[in-house]
Amino acid sequence: MKDKLLLLGDEAIAQGALDAGLSGVYAYPGTPSTEITEYIQGSSEAKERKVHCQWSSNEKTAMEAALGMSYVGKRSMVCMKHVGMNVAADAFVNAAMSGVNGGLVVVAADDPSMHSSQNEQDSRFYGKFAMIPVFEPSTQQEAYDLIKRAFDVSERFKVPVLFRMVTRLAHSRAVVTLSEAREENKLSYPTNPRQWVLMPLVAKVRYKELIAQQEDFLKDSESLEVNKYIDGTDKSMGIIACGIAYNYLMENYRGKLNYPVLKVSQYPLPKKQIAKMVAECESILVLEDGQPIVEEALRGLLDNGIKVKGRMSGELPRTGELTPDCIVEALGLTPAEVYPASELVVPRPPALCMGCGHRDMYAALNEVVREYENAKVFSDIGCYTLGFLAPFHAIHSVIDMGASITMAKGAADAGQFPSIAVIGDSTFTHSGMTGLLDAVNEKSNITVIISDNLTTGMTGGQDSAGTGKFEQICQGIGVEPEHIRVVVPLPKNMEEMKNIIREEINYNGVSVIIPRRECIQTARRHAKK
Amino acid sequence: MKTDIVLSGVGGQGILSIATVLGEAAIKEGLYIKQAEVHGMSQRGGDVQSNLRISSEPIMSDLIPLGKADLIISLEPMEALRYLPYLSKEGWIITNSAPFVNIGNYPELEKLLDAVKAVKNHVLIDVDTLAKEVASPRASNIVLLGAAAPFVGIETDKLEEGIRRIFGRKGEQIVEMNLKAFRAGLEYALKSK
Repeated sequence: MKDKLLLLGDEAIAQGALDAGLSGVYAYPGTPSTEITEYIQGSSEAKERKVHCQWSSNEKTAMEAALGMSYVGKRSMVCMKHVGMNVAADAFVNAAMSGVNGGLVVVAADDPSMHSSQNEQDSRFYGKFAMIPVFEPSTQQEAYDLIKRAFDVSERFKVPVLFRMVTRLAHSRAVVTLSEAREENKLSYPTNPRQWVLMPLVAKVRYKELIAQQEDFLKDSESLEVNKYIDGTDKSMGIIACGIAYNYLMENYRGKLNYPVLKVSQYPLPKKQIAKMVAECESILVLEDGQPIVEEALRGLLDNGIKVKGRMSGELPRTGELTPDCIVEALGLTPAEVYPASELVVPRPPALCMGCGHRDMYAALNEVVREYENAKVFSDIGCYTLGFLAPFHAIHSVIDMGASITMAKGAADAGQFPSIAVIGDSTFTHSGMTGLLDAVNEKSNITVIISDNLTTGMTGGQDSAGTGKFEQICQGIGVEPEHIRVVVPLPKNMEEMKNIIREEINYNGVSVIIPRRECIQTARRHAKK
Repeated sequence: MKTDIVLSGVGGQGILSIATVLGEAAIKEGLYIKQAEVHGMSQRGGDVQSNLRISSEPIMSDLIPLGKADLIISLEPMEALRYLPYLSKEGWIITNSAPFVNIGNYPELEKLLDAVKAVKNHVLIDVDTLAKEVASPRASNIVLLGAAAPFVGIETDKLEEGIRRIFGRKGEQIVEMNLKAFRAGLEYALKSK
């Protein structure tokens, strides 16, 4: 009997989705969302049921495939880190326009404090933008339970729903009690096939329907089951605590809290509960992880209503994740007396593993680029991003998945030489290929290094979509075969690597160099098997 | 009971195995646990920590508040000190004394060890050497777990059962090696307590 399991927040979502009758998960790895899909990949139950769980090339292909599964009536889930929402956005926003057939839950794992990300964007904005319900659990158990509700809401209203996680919950374990599992849906076609063709004449109708549904979404989130109002005797302040913020609030009180509290786990914001709080309290403190979206809504443009305290007014830090500590003063409590931080402690930044092929690639590249006055190296998202830090200091940009090739192209268009792109194998198939086609079509003078370690390394070694196909892909896109150069990045091949890089920089056109050697982490794992 | 533990070290040293054994034993005892981990970028040779909270009452926050940790268990002396503001005034530091030097500006070891000794309740133990002597260098994290055992609020034989369960599927030899490592750490801590 599998009644209780110790699960990460991510794993609770996965198990919750399986028990809610999931037929397929679609995802591209990204911290802190990766473990959701990995859990389903490792689940014997999922294997037996043949639940789809193979990685997608990127978040957009994942979102679209999930929508296709929903079209034929089955329940599907898409998982990504917050910046993945930007990649999936076209499909995501339009899935709200088409609506769904089988339940479709989009999980976006936000990373406030940027533990492993380039920004702190708050996915709740995407839910508001697409005008669909958003869920935000505070505990592992809630993550498990809410996923089922998310599928139910999606199927009841026939829209995709957004499920927002944050790093701390995604990567924290607790015991979760499982509930009765239910069957997957059978294949069934949409009752109104027209609404899936978003030509203007259809879309205009659908948009009005979606707007009309907003009242229903609101009524659903005014249910006290998901947005609980806890009465309190001290009305000088009411507290709105969203998702994980509720845990930090209660940590500071342990049952002795006198302020009224609204615990938010479903959006749109429950107007009824908030109206009650505004009517009975003198001020409102908003505790939310990420950007101040609730606070901003309450404040309004003119900020002339009830006094609102939060990140915008300075009671809470403007950036970074919430903690049980950073809310103490806003609650009017006294911070604990603590040991002072040790002055001896210095930062210990992450680094490329010893023996990693990216190291040899950067060692060779650095030597060659020193021969030029102003070489620029545009890089990308992955382990090799660590080439920015000591000892390599090898790269000049990291913006988003795929931007290395396109930025190198734009700089070359403007006259930059040498203009070099460094991108990983998985990032290349995620978003680099289309940019390479742009460069080929214009015979841009760029040198692209696809540092191929046969895996998606930074997220822990997931399968990489293009493994074994890179020469063919580059040729197919139109890179000249003699300018696709493969080399094994090892110290003993340093001279060969340097020569290849030098030759290809000096070739006036698009060249692709593929230093290829397996990630030492995955190689170690394979050796054990 | 309530034991809040900050586990720390350098990515790859194996702090999560310590957490796994403690968590397993705690759950078997019917206790609540929450364990926050760090995945992703910082795992690559950077500083890593995990917050493990064990309690007979339901636990609210996944993160331990400042000044509330009962224990800092660290596989690296500088990493132990990194979390000093989280340690309660009556809390214990149990740390490996052998440094992991992968940065150019690593502080002077003597000063680091003095700073650990300045904390009233501490156990300094060279787990790397001890693990090599009694078991295998790979078991140094379990030596440290042994050294922390008297302070976690779970009986040591329950922790040993946890080790048996966690390492059981790797074979009896691995279980015995880890039990030896555990007992060596425990003995050291009891002597220096």
